[in-house]
Amino acid sequence: MNALAWTQHLIVLPILLPLLAGAVLIPIHETRHALKFGINLASTLGVVALAVTLLVLVDTDHWPSGIGVYLAANWAAPFGIALMVDRLAALMLLMTALIGLAAVLFSMQRWSRIGVHYHSLFQFLLAGLNGAFLTNDLFNLFVFFEVMLAASYGLVLHGYNVRRIRAGMQYIVINLVASFLFLIGVALIYASTGTLNLADLGLRVADLAPDQLPFLKMGITILALAFLIKCAMWPLGFWLPGIYSSASPAVAAMLVLMTKVGVYAVLRLWTTVFSPETGIADGFGMEALLIGGLLTIGFGAVGMLASEDGGRMAAYGAIVSSGTLLAVIGFGDARLLTVGLYYLLGSTLATSAFMLVIEMVERIRSPAAALLAVTMEAFAIEDKPEEPVGVGIPGTLAFLGLAFAGCALIISGMPPLSGFVAKFGMFHAMLQMTPQSGSVPVFAWVAMALLVLSGLAAIIALMRFGVRTFWAQGNVTPPRLTVSEALPVAGLLMACVALTALTTPTLEYLSRTVDGLSRPAEQAARVLGEVPVRRPEVPR
Amino acid sequence: MEAIIAIAIGVLFGAGTWLILRPRTFQVITGLLLMSYGVNLFIFVMGRLWIDRAPITGPGIDPTQVADPLPQALVLTAIVIGFATTALYLVMMIGARGLTGTDHVDGEESES
Repeated sequence: MNALAWTQHLIVLPILLPLLAGAVLIPIHETRHALKFGINLASTLGVVALAVTLLVLVDTDHWPSGIGVYLAANWAAPFGIALMVDRLAALMLLMTALIGLAAVLFSMQRWSRIGVHYHSLFQFLLAGLNGAFLTNDLFNLFVFFEVMLAASYGLVLHGYNVRRIRAGMQYIVINLVASFLFLIGVALIYASTGTLNLADLGLRVADLAPDQLPFLKMGITILALAFLIKCAMWPLGFWLPGIYSSASPAVAAMLVLMTKVGVYAVLRLWTTVFSPETGIADGFGMEALLIGGLLTIGFGAVGMLASEDGGRMAAYGAIVSSGTLLAVIGFGDARLLTVGLYYLLGSTLATSAFMLVIEMVERIRSPAAALLAVTMEAFAIEDKPEEPVGVGIPGTLAFLGLAFAGCALIISGMPPLSGFVAKFGMFHAMLQMTPQSGSVPVFAWVAMALLVLSGLAAIIALMRFGVRTFWAQGNVTPPRLTVSEALPVAGLLMACVALTALTTPTLEYLSRTVDGLSRPAEQAARVLGEVPVRRPEVPR
Repeated sequence: MEAIIAIAIGVLFGAGTWLILRPRTFQVITGLLLMSYGVNLFIFVMGRLWIDRAPITGPGIDPTQVADPLPQALVLTAIVIGFATTALYLVMMIGARGLTGTDHVDGEESES
């Protein structure tokens, strides 16, 4: 092969495009909002298009075993950095791009204008996220994590006020310490196996000297700690609600996505290194993930019940979703993982949409009124109902109410939307799990109970919030909404509806995804077998 | 030599851990710096300890006679990234001091 097929270059473009767009945006003056927004939107749309193309390519036998490999700087793996796109990576790219698009649109009118360099930082965040999904090298993963985090530090602080600074200080310190753990883990893995390429690592674990195995396990545990801090597993997730509720809404929607990067990294690491194929280290740490995940669900549910503020509620919703996914990974069951990924799609889209809805809802909910509602409830004061004002439900209120209800249905897992399908599927898969003894394992019962309870907690918390906001306020002046703010929320919710309508094809795709994940040897063969482009003959 | 390096890393990391648990931002940033030194040293040592050997190989050179170049490359990257993020935190620190009027990590003095 003398030249790369054009489709190969598509693998690196989701990183390059936002990186370039972000760089181009820096010198453009802040007063030219329209131009900056235009470039940001164009680049994000480009990433959506790339993600769709990659998704189609990996699922149509364009590449052998549905895995595309790009050798950065033309160095053969495992010596250079290999980028790899498989079904899981393509799916995560698409989800990132869609939520990114919604966030960009949402921030057009207000949020991008309250500070400088919003658009550049946003593009860098996209580049970091995409890179983290695509890379097949642990140290490169660290670099992309840092790109993502550095951009997120800037975005969390965007619109600099005291609340954001306080939250941001803690956020930065926690993530810096997590980065140190990441580095220590990577160093230990390198010391014990001599490679940092994930595919190669999976192969080498199989015939690792027994005296090196403890170091590898230690390395992976420390590395996993860094990921688990990102996805807020109990007791590593106390930092999350404060940050998520104080960031501006469009940024919070992206932050929801960042917890899923932690989940993705854990999944990738575990399926590659500790698969049944690698033998000796099979199933290491699964119980820790499972129990940690279950505790996280409980913590998130309690937190949700305890929060008054919509942003914190959404943040605890993200924690519950992370916990569920960790528990699903911990079970290590292919069928359950398939439905778990379906849950990941639905819950992430809905939580992101919820972050955006909350901000619009808060506009009708003046802080004083909210406080009054709480006090009156506490002291059981009957409020005289106000005379009905106006004609019917005003348009914006109806939209907000519908959007709120939609998000609430998915987050709590009620029918008819995708949250219910996902939960039902998970129960079904858990009941069918019969490893050796023929009975359903105890943990499956615990997980099911916790899922039901967390759903109940979510319903109670969200209903209380909804009733106080929409019904108990008396005379509500409908807030001013612009199309650019309503559209992204509607879009994200429509994506959830589409997910529900297309459950069968989605689950089929996801089952192919999980099937690919369960064969790390094939993945390794693809990554390590990729031939670098031969140097062109230079005429002398 | 292994013992000296190990103790050095341990002391750096231990001191750093103690400092980041302190309530003042200046102590926290000093702790972060110490921890990052500890981590960088740790990565460097993970390529085994060598004395007086070049990390560069070429045709005809016995690979057992050169130091492992990869941890050295990794540590360079880690230093650069750590430097940038610490600088960012420093800016935050100054911003927080200006806005809240205190250098406490919570942005307000504790009651006691």
